[in-house]
Amino acid sequence: MMGQVPLSWFLMLSAVLFSLGVAGFIFRRNIITMFMSIELILNAVNLTFITFAYQRQQVAGHLLAFFVMVVAAAEAAVGLAIILTIFKNRGTLNIDELNSMKN
Amino acid sequence: MQLWLIPALPLAGFLINGLFGRRFSKGLVNTFAIGSVVLAFLWVLKTLYSLGGLPAAYTEHYFTWIQSGALTIDCDFSVDRLTAVMLLVVTGIGSLIHIYSIGYMAHEGGYYRFFAYLNLFMFFMLTLVLAANYLVLFVGWEGVGLCSYLLIGFYFDKKFATDAGNKAFIVNRIGDFGFSLAVFLIFRQFGSLDFARVFAQAPGAPVGLLTLIGVLLMVGACGKSAQIPLYVWLPDAMAGPTPVSALIHAATMVTAGVYMTARSWVIYTHAPIAMDVIAYIGIATAFVAATIGLAQNDIKKVFAYSTVSQLGYMFVGVGCGAFSAGIYHLMTHAFFKALLFLGAGAVIHSLSGEQDMRKMGGLGTRIPWTCGVMFCASLAIAGFPFTSGFLSKDAILLAADHRAPWIYWVGVFTAGMTAFYVFRAFFMTFFGRYRGQEHHPHESPPVMLVPLVILAVLSLAGGYLFKIPDFLRAVFPPNEVPEELGPMAVASAAGLLGIALAYLMYVLKPGIPDSIASGAKGLYTLVYNKYFVDEIYDWVVVKPVVGGSRLVLWKGADVGLIDGIVNGIGARAKGIGGVLRLAQSGNARSYATWVAFGSVLVIFLMALAGGLR
Repeated sequence: MMGQVPLSWFLMLSAVLFSLGVAGFIFRRNIITMFMSIELILNAVNLTFITFAYQRQQVAGHLLAFFVMVVAAAEAAVGLAIILTIFKNRGTLNIDELNSMKN
Repeated sequence: MQLWLIPALPLAGFLINGLFGRRFSKGLVNTFAIGSVVLAFLWVLKTLYSLGGLPAAYTEHYFTWIQSGALTIDCDFSVDRLTAVMLLVVTGIGSLIHIYSIGYMAHEGGYYRFFAYLNLFMFFMLTLVLAANYLVLFVGWEGVGLCSYLLIGFYFDKKFATDAGNKAFIVNRIGDFGFSLAVFLIFRQFGSLDFARVFAQAPGAPVGLLTLIGVLLMVGACGKSAQIPLYVWLPDAMAGPTPVSALIHAATMVTAGVYMTARSWVIYTHAPIAMDVIAYIGIATAFVAATIGLAQNDIKKVFAYSTVSQLGYMFVGVGCGAFSAGIYHLMTHAFFKALLFLGAGAVIHSLSGEQDMRKMGGLGTRIPWTCGVMFCASLAIAGFPFTSGFLSKDAILLAADHRAPWIYWVGVFTAGMTAFYVFRAFFMTFFGRYRGQEHHPHESPPVMLVPLVILAVLSLAGGYLFKIPDFLRAVFPPNEVPEELGPMAVASAAGLLGIALAYLMYVLKPGIPDSIASGAKGLYTLVYNKYFVDEIYDWVVVKPVVGGSRLVLWKGADVGLIDGIVNGIGARAKGIGGVLRLAQSGNARSYATWVAFGSVLVIFLMALAGGLR
């Protein structure tokens, strides 16, 4: 089944997803989009973990993937709540208009 | 015997007047200030009486002051016959001058401050003479220097007074540097600073080291006792009130160097070269200061140079091995020079502050008592036969003759000059006609006159009342000099000649001095300007130090180097920060970009290094 697909393909897919996530995070201005990009990055990393766990026949990779998913779920809950509050207060989701870290 | 009470009494007076004197009436200030000193005098008398003839030194141990490794410094006081003489001189003359000051300072500001300082001086001076080791002596030594500084600059709103105070303090630092080195060497060689232990071991020490110690001690004595080349501070020190000039800068503090040298006689007798140096410096100082005294017009300056000159005599005495003669002259000089200064103070007081002798004259009939006591003092310092000054000066000159005849002859010539300039001052002040503005000179109050009269009696007869050479025979090594009539007669004749010459030039033919001054103009200018020594020191020492400090230390090291480093670090931090703050945009996405680039860079570097294994 997976045996026919070389491992490097999975890693390539993971790298592509990761790069898409990073690019999305950097170039998009909508916070929701950026948030989704972070999820993409996390899941790209998860894919890498799983790939290596399969290759090496070690359970640690699976475990880490579950950890990441739990953290991602928690992050999603908190993050969406923050985004909701920001939108209520500022009336916008454009990251460039939410620049309050300076001054 | 409670020796500690002797210095403690003036200290109590200082503390009371210094802390609360501002609120006291003058009467109360007087009570504490004079009372404490007179009580100290009485306690000295009682102590000496109960100690009998003081056949040997009597020491009291109070506590261990410093205990560090091999170094043990005890706080000890000790009395032997030498100390007894100093104690009597310091407390006796000190009491008289304190009493005199009541009258002299009556109209001055800072009354309580003056007496507080004077009491503090008495405390340190008594500590100095009572000390049983070099370090306690040094405490007193520095303390009297401090009081001297405070009292020279007593009129601190006048710049010349504060300058003179600074000069005295700084010049004394040079001497104290030598003294400290000597103390270090003494400890290194003998392992102790106690007089008794040092002097017991001194005969076995190497002569070269003893000579070095002796010369360094003498450097300290030169500073304190105003000898060449460090005498320049004493004439300027006359900026202080006149009682201070009498007590500190004539009778007691400036003789501390002579006392210390005489105290260290064991070291000196085993270091003949050091003794020769002392005698040479002493005779040179006596001569040079006397020549300067010839041409001064400020009455206090004349007596200041005379003090320097007489201190030179004491050094000659000590340097020629006649320690008791030096101390003898120290005592008689304390009598007549204190009287000269106090008399000059009475003259200045009666003229409301005039010090220039060219504006005096004819005061003999207006202030006869002052004139009379000044006459006694002048006779004594001129070495008029059978006054106390005659006895002590002859003792020194005889010892000098025994040691090296040329010192004797220079000393005799100096004695003639001494008689001349003192009587010049006397005649200019009290004879002739009054040359000042219309003014009514008034005789001083009894509180000033009584000390003057007592000192006048002591100036004439003190040499017989206190036969110091006999009294100190137990302390010092025998230095038997045959009593020869010839040298004595020559010295007296020189003094009488000086008096006669002064009488001729300033009473009979008042035109002579001016014609001499214009005839030998170059010489007169040189002497009148004190050989330009102050100017030479200014050019050779002060200006290079100030210039070097300004250019090298201030502009170079401080501004250039230290400030440069500090400011440079600040400027670099600011510059780097200015560049780095551009990265702090506050924009989350740009931070993310940096993180991404950073990660890529790290991974790239790891790949270059061969990757993770």
